[in-house]
Amino acid sequence: MSARAPASDGAHSGSVHVEVTHDHHEAGHGSRKDYVTGFVLSVILTAIPFWLVMAEVFTDPRVTSFVIMAFAVVQIVVHMVYFLHMNARSEGGWTMMALIFTLVVVIIALSGSLWVMYHLNTNMMPMSPGDMRNMP
Amino acid sequence: MAQAQTVTASDAELHFYVAEEHGHAEGGTMLGFWLYLMSDCLIFAILFATYGVLGRSYAAGPSGADLFDLKLVAVNTSMLLFSSITYGFAMLEMEKGDQRMTQRWLAITGAFGLCFIGLELYEFAHLIHEGATPQRSAFLSSFFTLVGTHGLHVTFGLIWLVTLMVQVHQRGLIPANRRRLLCLSMFWHFLDVIWIGVFTFVYLMGSLK
Repeated sequence: MSARAPASDGAHSGSVHVEVTHDHHEAGHGSRKDYVTGFVLSVILTAIPFWLVMAEVFTDPRVTSFVIMAFAVVQIVVHMVYFLHMNARSEGGWTMMALIFTLVVVIIALSGSLWVMYHLNTNMMPMSPGDMRNMP
Repeated sequence: MAQAQTVTASDAELHFYVAEEHGHAEGGTMLGFWLYLMSDCLIFAILFATYGVLGRSYAAGPSGADLFDLKLVAVNTSMLLFSSITYGFAMLEMEKGDQRMTQRWLAITGAFGLCFIGLELYEFAHLIHEGATPQRSAFLSSFFTLVGTHGLHVTFGLIWLVTLMVQVHQRGLIPANRRRLLCLSMFWHFLDVIWIGVFTFVYLMGSLK
């Protein structure tokens, strides 16, 4: 407690007003508008990828996968902002720091695994006897 | 002289500003729970990476395009999305201090969560019945591990939800219960975020030819 009463005679006769200033952390304090906006955006961002895949809109599956991955990233951001109320100020910025650190680790783990194991996989492919004979 | 002093004292009301929070360390709990969620995120990242590596190793067995029923997955996704917004409404009622409406929205959230788990178990049972068991191929092992871990999280979230409903019923919306409900709120929305990754990366991309 860092409350200090001024050392004066009036301290006892005047009405004492104690005000507790809370830390303004945003976690869990969204408005109805926030939730509804997030929900509507999520429905749209979910419906479009399902439609793209189920109706086979693009002939090239690579195009479809890139587009639906982009939609997923946008929807994750929408959820973070409107449902989890993420911002750079909550908890003095520490939630954001933890999130950035986690994302770095996640990206390293995902891209590293895929990269390494893809090459391992191609190098370990079973060869036909013809391939074996033509080995350098 | 004495009279003048009294007047000045009552005019200048004393203000005490207590800067620190005491009694309830809400801020600390929220940050701590967020850190737990981030570590949980790493578990899922590793399971996603495993699925990414093994997801096309069918061992001459069925592929995702043969197995997945996207209509079922779409219904499942909407269940989880609905439960997210109803939990949000429960939080808004909690802020207003309306215990009855909070309980009602929590119950609706639980119902949507149960539907999600029910549909997922139905899907798993259907796959196993067709012979697509986790032992069949590396693809199916990693599929069941990833989706099953998410389902397990939702199941524990449901148990937690019921526990909190009992606690709110017994004690009301006391600060401790509000803090617990806020933690579950983060957990629940976080599971929905993970599900975005699951339906995009596993179901939609697995259904592409």
